[in-house]
Amino acid sequence: MVNKYSKITLAHGSGGKLTHELINQIFLPHFKNDVLSQLHDSAILQLNGETLAFTTDSYVVKPLFFPGGDIGKLAISGTVNDLSVVGAKPLCLSVGFIIEEGFDISMLERIVTSMKDTASIAGINIVTGDTKVVDSGSADGLFINTCGIGTIAYKTSLSISNIEPGDKIIINGTIGDHGLAVISERESLDFNPPIESDCAPLNEMIQKLINSGANIKFMRDPTRGGLATTLNEIVNMEKYGILVDEKNIPIKDDVRALCEILGYDPLYIANEGKVVIVASSSDTYKILDILRKDSFGKDAEIIGAIVNEPKGKVYLKTVIGGTRVLDMLVGDQLPRIC
Amino acid sequence: MKYIDEFRNENTAISLSKNIASLAKGHDTITIMEVCGSHTMSVYKYGLKKLLPQNIRLLSGPGCPVCVTPVSYIDTAISILHKYTNNGANNNNITIATFGDLMKVPGSYSSLENEKSKGAHVAVVYSTLDALRLAKRHPERCVIFMAIGFETTAPTVAASVIEAEKRGLKNYFLLTSHKIMPPVMKSLLNSRELNINGFLCPAHVSTIIGSKPYEFIARDYNITCVIAGFEPLDILYGIYMLLEQIIKKEPCVNIQYSRVVKPEGNPTALALLDKIFEPYDAEWRGMGVIPESGLKLKSRYERFDALTLMQNKSEIRNLKSEIKGCMCGDILRGVKTPNECKLFRKVCNPEHPVGACMVSSEGTCAAYYKYGE
Repeated sequence: MVNKYSKITLAHGSGGKLTHELINQIFLPHFKNDVLSQLHDSAILQLNGETLAFTTDSYVVKPLFFPGGDIGKLAISGTVNDLSVVGAKPLCLSVGFIIEEGFDISMLERIVTSMKDTASIAGINIVTGDTKVVDSGSADGLFINTCGIGTIAYKTSLSISNIEPGDKIIINGTIGDHGLAVISERESLDFNPPIESDCAPLNEMIQKLINSGANIKFMRDPTRGGLATTLNEIVNMEKYGILVDEKNIPIKDDVRALCEILGYDPLYIANEGKVVIVASSSDTYKILDILRKDSFGKDAEIIGAIVNEPKGKVYLKTVIGGTRVLDMLVGDQLPRIC
Repeated sequence: MKYIDEFRNENTAISLSKNIASLAKGHDTITIMEVCGSHTMSVYKYGLKKLLPQNIRLLSGPGCPVCVTPVSYIDTAISILHKYTNNGANNNNITIATFGDLMKVPGSYSSLENEKSKGAHVAVVYSTLDALRLAKRHPERCVIFMAIGFETTAPTVAASVIEAEKRGLKNYFLLTSHKIMPPVMKSLLNSRELNINGFLCPAHVSTIIGSKPYEFIARDYNITCVIAGFEPLDILYGIYMLLEQIIKKEPCVNIQYSRVVKPEGNPTALALLDKIFEPYDAEWRGMGVIPESGLKLKSRYERFDALTLMQNKSEIRNLKSEIKGCMCGDILRGVKTPNECKLFRKVCNPEHPVGACMVSSEGTCAAYYKYGE
């Protein structure tokens, strides 16, 4: 009987249940400290009266180039977004390259140029870096790590503990685009026009929301594990539940079609330019209005609400009017998409 | 999205649900077995049970290809991997190509996912064409395709054998565990463990075999069958059609999924199956050996059989045929539900599945777990 894992499987990196198991059983007990235990997308640090956000992420996407982006654009956007969703204004990034012997220098330059372009859209600089080269066969072309620092000026800290029944859940656009763009490129599924990744730095859009003074309780970017996993992370404290209306979740037709063909559920597919916002219901339309005026938020929708019961669960009202539980991602639908 | 949204229309669903309720009103419990795992998944995914009256009971059947794959099949695949990766002379030259669903299915001592994490070559493929491509690209490796599935999948596997022959691929093999549907339905009816009033017959299997192979069920066992599609409205309408016949006490085989299924099935696919495969008495997880319920390669195509890579059968390490405490067998036969299994949710969950019904995305246990039944 295969009951417990003695080796790492790809599913441990999926962002779903096994990743959470790894964090809770291996990383947290050993690294245990108050900052880490918060499990925010970025660590929140107090330094001489300033509140700082600090985060890191590694990028192993395969293939390195895909419609709508590449590993470089992803490495900047992902870390900028992890800072932005905790309410921070990103200041600067570090970048570490792990390059396989034999990698094309012109390809590296294309990726670096893309990083520079994305960083300038986000208005940040890359201020330090590192390069390592490993033997041919020891890495799949190129892996990138980025770290980022940002400052938090938001008056109340964004935290899951701020959330209360009645709050609304908003997303800034269509789900599943990134995961399917990568898989179509990897599997050479020639969709015409191709499905484009939503990969983008969201800091300016999020900053506009914060500056508006809207009562935002919590934000998270639904990357690996998709929207369903992020919603489950929000109800994890079991103080309330979530009811989502499937009809209101924006999904592009080509993404839906490809999901139907391949048997994927878009609710579990990764996004790289999306943010889930939990906000007080009185400010919902104000937020929606700001989002829809931004190019990264024009398809924003209210997709659900925080409810009293059942606590700790996400319920989905299906398109035909039934209801069912929406669980966290189990296993790995699509490995190495970011 | 055209041809999808029409079959997921909320208003039509509600009016069908009302019609079902008024037909069922005043009757004792009516039990319908949805034979196919895709039906089970659809029922849960769309929350259909909430749209059905209390006296209609849906029971999941044995129509999930991963779930019915016996422990011995996984053990055999792993034995072949071990022989050629650990101590064989042809060190490290086996690639197992499989549909993703089989990766986590536990054998008696390991799973393909586990072997992959230890360094074995296990590749997830989306079709037999991918497996053929692997074989062509790596002439130095033996590519073994894990050939499981019902009549829906088997024709594509048969076609891959013909294609491999045409391309002269000598390194493409099949480890077959194909199953066919009507014999297992017959075996369920003969066992008399089940007390059902109707079968919701599989959509895609019937696309290949048509409606005729189910006729004995209505004729000899007085049980109505409706072949229904997998969209929520297909299922609701299929249930409505079943109720009509059950209440009239006129058992017959009807096709709800008529936009795809013809009474005679798909003659091209059937001819392909007949050319490559022949029926044999196959082992089903939890159900034992069922006469004429599997498909194996005909002797003319024996060289594609992965078992020929093993000099003798004693090299296959098969510790036990069933996993202790796992109720997959009873669940597949519709005798028990996952909640009655002591392992369900406690020891057995999708991250650490004990039985195949928890692994497969179409498995009854996975559906109960995922959708909180």
